[in-house]
Amino acid sequence: MSNLDKDERIAAIKSKALWMRRSALKMVYGKQLGHIGGDFSAIDIISTLYFGVMDYDPKEPLSPERDRFVMSKGHATGALYSGLCAAGYFPEEMLSTYMQPNSNLNGHPNRNYLPGVETNTGPLGHGLPVSVGIAISAQLASSNRRTFTLTGDGELQEGSNWEAAMLASHRKLSNLTLVVDRNGLQQGAGTEETNSLAPLDDKFRAFGWDVSTIDGHHYTQLYDTLSAPRSTSNKPHCIIANTIKGKGVSFMENEARWHHGVPTSEQYSIALQELA
Amino acid sequence: MQTLKKETPALEDCRNSWASTLEELAANDPRIVAVVNDSVGSSKLDKFQKRFPERVINVGIAEQNMVGVSAGLANGGKIPFVSAASCFLTGRAMEQIKADIAYADFNVKLVGQSSGIAYGELGATHHSIEDFAWLRALSNIKVVSPSDAWETAEAVKWAAAYEGPVFLRLSRMPVPNLDITNRVFTPNKAEVVRRGNDITIVCCGTTVHLAVAAADLLATQSISAGVLNASFVHPIDEEAILSAAEIGPLVTVEEALTKGGLGGAVAELTASNKPIVIERVGFPGFLPTGSAEWLFLKYGISAIGIAEASKRALQRAESNK
Repeated sequence: MSNLDKDERIAAIKSKALWMRRSALKMVYGKQLGHIGGDFSAIDIISTLYFGVMDYDPKEPLSPERDRFVMSKGHATGALYSGLCAAGYFPEEMLSTYMQPNSNLNGHPNRNYLPGVETNTGPLGHGLPVSVGIAISAQLASSNRRTFTLTGDGELQEGSNWEAAMLASHRKLSNLTLVVDRNGLQQGAGTEETNSLAPLDDKFRAFGWDVSTIDGHHYTQLYDTLSAPRSTSNKPHCIIANTIKGKGVSFMENEARWHHGVPTSEQYSIALQELA
Repeated sequence: MQTLKKETPALEDCRNSWASTLEELAANDPRIVAVVNDSVGSSKLDKFQKRFPERVINVGIAEQNMVGVSAGLANGGKIPFVSAASCFLTGRAMEQIKADIAYADFNVKLVGQSSGIAYGELGATHHSIEDFAWLRALSNIKVVSPSDAWETAEAVKWAAAYEGPVFLRLSRMPVPNLDITNRVFTPNKAEVVRRGNDITIVCCGTTVHLAVAAADLLATQSISAGVLNASFVHPIDEEAILSAAEIGPLVTVEEALTKGGLGGAVAELTASNKPIVIERVGFPGFLPTGSAEWLFLKYGISAIGIAEASKRALQRAESNK
């Protein structure tokens, strides 16, 4: 891939990420409900996957050879839905139905409601085991398709993740990439004061994974790390993406209360100005 | 007319039928895989593993991951048969069964092995008498409890062909094949094993042959008891149950709790549509240790116990008149 191609891709990732942040903000403000802090920490990762890395066709959402994205932090639907919409899975008008009665844009994603959703999540610790199964299916088929999973960091307190992490390395699933949205905050407090995850990189290495630690809002780092071929390794890849909860809106950044905070009309205006 | 022969038939462990049927299906359908939690031997999948080593996904002792992985395999186009002791498969992985399989509607077949009190002596941690109640609380999953080796094979074939979540509840307790001429497996329907004019015994799984023996015993006392094999426990065949309720009182028999399972389903249905006397035979709660045979006898899951429950039901119905 030429440098120009890469620059163009990174420019697209950046502009889509801005659109996604504005969309997620409108959705949460419109419904007065949502998880804006975790949406904003995850959006740059999701934008990079859909607009720089993954092979998919929104017109054939169940194509067997598609790359899969599994959103394990299912509460961050502002990020997921705005990303799927930007990727062409459904029209923009649908975003305004977010969490309205009978909307397909459920508070947590349901694969039977929306194309592009790979599995139902919401309870934490479900995405990685399902992703391991998807990756095994590709391994059995000798397919090159890849599986990308996004978990929160607090979510890694769920033991099911570590059952899956163990099996992923045992089965040498180099086609599986886990991105940890390491914003350091869970619903009530910091991850490290609640039930510390550090040293997270050593934990994944001890479980037999390749580990990279990057700035989860740095588009070039995200693009380079996520798009690097995995053919030289026989291990699954964990990318610890250091992020900022509420990234992009000054008064939301690094504040646990914005886990599911809802902006006032004044805050909404300021936030839209900051995301211009 | 369906009839049952009187001579004692040979007993069969239905796991053999399950395993050989899965192997036959897998030979013709590359999508079929087995997912286990170090349960190859207890699932009788040794021959399957030898023949299709790459198609056994052994996750180790990790049931939550096992069920999640099976959803992912279905996402990738496989038809996973998840085979594990029912007590751990259902109890440990209930949220995965709810969210990843039933709610997400993945084409996964959960196979609960050694269900009920097959592990009698091992105690209540290893008994799986709650599984019907837990699974019945979920939408979008079929719960099937075959009565013998023949029906087990038919249920496995049906599950492989059916597109959607299934829970097959199997046992390791040897049972005789029901001797029914021209027997046909009809999905979603209860099977009339014996017609009766006074009372109907609604049963499933390992208890069906005992219900037939109870009907034989009752016949010697001039009581005509029907036997309905409700192998599709969830959703229940409402039409068959309500038709039986038109004849007389009902007795439910299951190798499970008397609340929330087959007895619960029949009680809920009849209470709303055709209030009628019901006697529920099964287990009351956590059980003492003891062999499966001893526990069956202690809690009246026997020809004599079911016949007594039938007479109690008839007496109650009579006194209600």
